[in-house]
Amino acid sequence: MPENHPHTQTAHTDRELTFAQAIREALAEEMRRDKTVCIMGEDVAEAGTPFKVLSGLLEEFGKDRVLDTPISEAGFTGLAVGAAMTGMRPVVDIMFGDFITLTMDQMVNQAAKVHYMSGGKWKVPMVMRTTMGATRRSAAQHSQSLHAWFCHVPGLKVVLPSTPYDAKGLLKAAIRDENPVIFFEDKMMYKLKGSVPADDYTVPLGVADIKRVGEDITLVATSSMVQVALGAATMLEEIGVSAEVVDPRTMWPLDEKTLVESAKKTSRAIVLDEGYERYGVTAELASVIATGAFYDLDAPVKRMGAMHVPIPFSPPLEDVTVPTEETVFEAARALCGR
Amino acid sequence: MTTATQPKEASEKVDLWLRMYRQMVAIRQFEAQVNELYTRALMPGLAHLYIGEEAVAVGVCEALEPTDYITSTHRGHGHCLAKGASPDRMFAELLGKKAGYCKGKGGSMHIADPATGNLGANAIVCGSAGIATGAAFSARCLGTGQVSVCFFGEGALGQGVLYEEMNLAQLFKLPVIYVCENNLYTEYTHYTETTAGDILARATAFGLQAASVDGQDVRAVHANMQRLVDRARRGDGPGFLLCNTYRYHGHHVGDINREYYRSKQEEQTWKTERDPIANFGKWLIEQNLADAPVLAQVQAELESEMKKAVEFAIAAPYPTVDEVNEDVYA
Repeated sequence: MPENHPHTQTAHTDRELTFAQAIREALAEEMRRDKTVCIMGEDVAEAGTPFKVLSGLLEEFGKDRVLDTPISEAGFTGLAVGAAMTGMRPVVDIMFGDFITLTMDQMVNQAAKVHYMSGGKWKVPMVMRTTMGATRRSAAQHSQSLHAWFCHVPGLKVVLPSTPYDAKGLLKAAIRDENPVIFFEDKMMYKLKGSVPADDYTVPLGVADIKRVGEDITLVATSSMVQVALGAATMLEEIGVSAEVVDPRTMWPLDEKTLVESAKKTSRAIVLDEGYERYGVTAELASVIATGAFYDLDAPVKRMGAMHVPIPFSPPLEDVTVPTEETVFEAARALCGR
Repeated sequence: MTTATQPKEASEKVDLWLRMYRQMVAIRQFEAQVNELYTRALMPGLAHLYIGEEAVAVGVCEALEPTDYITSTHRGHGHCLAKGASPDRMFAELLGKKAGYCKGKGGSMHIADPATGNLGANAIVCGSAGIATGAAFSARCLGTGQVSVCFFGEGALGQGVLYEEMNLAQLFKLPVIYVCENNLYTEYTHYTETTAGDILARATAFGLQAASVDGQDVRAVHANMQRLVDRARRGDGPGFLLCNTYRYHGHHVGDINREYYRSKQEEQTWKTERDPIANFGKWLIEQNLADAPVLAQVQAELESEMKKAVEFAIAAPYPTVDEVNEDVYA
């Protein structure tokens, strides 16, 4: 088991980057290190994506390695699968996570299965970067968090970074991985700042991180829900409840041990994720904890995810669809009998 | 100037033609054994036979270098053999044996072999258009000079991703050739019921160099393919080859009663008048390039070779159950 990276909030360096800058730095470093790494997607070159995550990469690496594609998600994702099989390490950019629907055959029937179907002969070292997250007032087709779909498919790895430090280290690890990796970035976090070392480091896939140590309840949270959980933990502190925040960082491979050990220690757990709660990753994570920590739990594991509705446009409607610091605080308080 | 080289060129051509004849017979004999395995209930699942279409795979693959890439289809045994796969390991794969090309994990529809540039047969119709295009992208990025070929049936013309890939291939000037095998039937439906407009126009609309060819004439397939391959290898961009052909058997081995979608008379006409192997053999004899006993000898040799390959596969062990979890991740 690779060494854990506890408390990524703790400064390894004084240098601060935004989440978007950390991703850009990871890509630039890997592209300098390995000439087979290339980027393709819609408006990735001159525009640097609508979120400006990739700004400057075209200038350094040129249009042969930062490729603007037509609006053909299936087309360029499929192309990336073939390129990955034959010596390249493509990083495809799917602008909004909602558009992964258009890539599903390429990812699920091709990328995920090539290695197994060929008896281990071909491999697909590619990364798909895409976004997730609601509350941006973008309505039902630009706001979903659909990472659970990929978690369901053997052959794929799924990464959900929650801090700039993790984003850089996990993306570098994903690019170096020999398998198809889907990397979900919450678009509401692109401006989040955090400590990011300038040096070459990776965060191994499959190692959870304890973002906050606590004694009374475990909050397992993914992506932007980590920030929500940390906010709720601060509120809980004020009423005398000590919450531990555990970030699995990768949905698959999944660090089951760290989740279970934390729940055993605190005896209570809430699992938070911005994907749909029904049949979502919270169900899997809760099941892991319920099974692994059964004899140590003092309450049923609670799940909190997105409501089972298409994400509405109207702000008061949209805001109630996903967990917030307040709703998590209330749920944790109830679970602890306070 | 040309007189001195003509005999050499002619003899090289003869070698090529005899090799193509042999390859076509190999595919037919292989498929005959597959049908036999199915009817004797020795093969798990089904298979989609290539009999009748041999000239396409052979004409195309003989225009390629061993290092060039292909992607294949659910009706893929012919492509894999024409690209250099060994019948014994193919049969082993069809029977789910460990000695198969994919350790028995792929089966008939997923034969893949890096050693012969075979990126894999694909059971999603048009599923490999992206993979073939991506392999051409790698060849261009890495400067390897390789060409990539995407085989697909006319049923794939209904899939939107094909047009996305052709657009990308032309925009990036990729060395990829899309080979459409029109065997007239999209499963159990005549292609004219599912295909509007002109097939070639779908490729030329993107600026691809496109040609239509008699897919029962191996020399015509090969000559047209060679032009598209040479052009792609030079960096002049992608091509599209429409091969008009016919499958003698059903959509799969179990598709026995076909009268509801095509007549026995139609099948008979293709078999007696348009057979790619018989007609090519006749031409070789007419040109004094081979005689009937030599061709009969080829048939006999390959029949015997395929029977041995089947025996190898039947005797080969299955994978052990603990292998089920292997190769999920690299």
